[in-house]
Amino acid sequence: MGKRIQEEIIKSIFFIFALISVFTTFGIIFVLLFETIQFFKEVSIIRFLTEKEWTPLFAVKKFGIWPLLSGTFLTSLIAILISFPMGLSIAIFVSEYMPFKLKAIIKPIIEILASIPTVVYGYFALLFVTPLLKKIIPSISGFNALSPGIVLGIMIIPTVASISEDSLSLIPRSLREASYALGATKLETVFKVVLPAASSGILSAVILGFSRAIGETMIVTIAAGQRPILTLNPLIPIETITAYIVQVSLGDTPTGSLEYKTIFAVGMVLFSITFTFNIISHNLRMKFIKSFKL
Amino acid sequence: MKDVKELIFKRKKREKLFIVLSLFFITFALMSLLLLIVSILVDGYSVISIKFLTSYPSRKPEEAGILSALVGSVYVLVIMILFIVPIGIGAAIYLEEFAPKNTLTHFIEINIVNLAGVPSIIYGLLGLEIFVRFFGLGRSILAGSLTLSLLVLPSVIIATREAIKLVPYSIREASLALGATKWQTVRHQVLPVALPGILTGIILAVSRAIGETAPLITIGALTYIAFLPTTPLSPFTVLPIQIFNWISRPQKMFHKNAAGAIIILLFLTFMLNLTAIILRNYYKSKYRL
Repeated sequence: MGKRIQEEIIKSIFFIFALISVFTTFGIIFVLLFETIQFFKEVSIIRFLTEKEWTPLFAVKKFGIWPLLSGTFLTSLIAILISFPMGLSIAIFVSEYMPFKLKAIIKPIIEILASIPTVVYGYFALLFVTPLLKKIIPSISGFNALSPGIVLGIMIIPTVASISEDSLSLIPRSLREASYALGATKLETVFKVVLPAASSGILSAVILGFSRAIGETMIVTIAAGQRPILTLNPLIPIETITAYIVQVSLGDTPTGSLEYKTIFAVGMVLFSITFTFNIISHNLRMKFIKSFKL
Repeated sequence: MKDVKELIFKRKKREKLFIVLSLFFITFALMSLLLLIVSILVDGYSVISIKFLTSYPSRKPEEAGILSALVGSVYVLVIMILFIVPIGIGAAIYLEEFAPKNTLTHFIEINIVNLAGVPSIIYGLLGLEIFVRFFGLGRSILAGSLTLSLLVLPSVIIATREAIKLVPYSIREASLALGATKWQTVRHQVLPVALPGILTGIILAVSRAIGETAPLITIGALTYIAFLPTTPLSPFTVLPIQIFNWISRPQKMFHKNAAGAIIILLFLTFMLNLTAIILRNYYKSKYRL
């Protein structure tokens, strides 16, 4: 009898541990919603969506989210432009061309690339890539969107490459063999048969990479500057949502003040965007896996 | 006939072109990794000394060190491990061994996958509101550890589940057939076999947490601390925040300090990752998984 009670107690404790993840999700949504509603009690949502400047820390306060959004999307877009062609061709090369033994060496290297703390990438962007860009484009500012965008791109190559590679490896051999039998070369098979078949898996990799770039904080905080400007010019300072949250957190903002609430309001925007992209990416991948695993 | 040969030649050339392009991209990725490491080594090797490791930060760059940041990082990580080991493993055991197949279980599983994709700075906002304000822990080590625990728990649970899943079913059946309860089976048969896999997951979680900067800045970890924390409720700073602080200063000498501290941080991260990779390979070859 004692054994059974012990069994039940342990099971219940572990159940509560498993529920912590649910509490975390609800906690995040509750905290963000609660403070965001407080924020919109003081600043109308119309100002948030229509004003073209973001200056809550200045004397003349403007609360338009667009400059932060444009900064976030600009750096993430540059990151995807870098990491998509690179990640995909690395994935194709690793899954279709590379001998098995080399794979065993390349994979840990890619894992190490993925384990480097982002503050280190930030250092690299500000003190290595930006000076390098300055030699090529003399008009570029010390803080700009291009340099952190490029480094963000390098950072998410592992994400894009590994998920794309997983997708490619799911494509059945028979499809490739049919293509070879018709006289196609390996490259033609990859581009005309394998890639179209794996397209939704690869799309899911790109969306996930984009979402990672949007949520990344330290690289853009260090190298992109802290000037929320509504622009798509990659050569001048901008500010992302994440960098704004850090900027406020570093100052002595009293809890409960309007400035304090702004970080939750923009946090809510950030969470909604990344959450949507993650769900789309996850669903695409699940659908893709299901279509090939019988 | 000549046309056909030319066509084949052209197609083969394209093939080679692609291989060259891919090799170029791979080289680019590896080169940027190499450049990153070399540029940091070149910038930072000269500041590394015993004095650098045992001094407090200072307004004078040549006297500044990383003692309080290093100790802060160790404190935060140790307390975090105390949370994530029982909770992560317990949750994974529940989901793999005990959970009924119902909507709630499915919901928990989807939740964990989704949490793994939430940006780390959002966890900072959660920690700020819940741990720092609501529970009144202040901007303390404990608040930092709890925030990081929530951040890495999804990956610990996912890794532990994978490790438990790989344990052959026959081991469980043999134990159950001898009259052991489910928990006895898990405790004495499944966990020992899955241990290296679980450890790998925990080490990787620690290696991720050691470099996390944004959530700790958000909960209000300080950037300048000239004393050692004494209790879990002390204010603190960590290594990556110290690095960030030095990078953000205009003086070049502080950038050197940042590079020096990065060398230490990368060393710790790589050692953790290496241990995890070795452990995983050993585990895989031992059980031929």
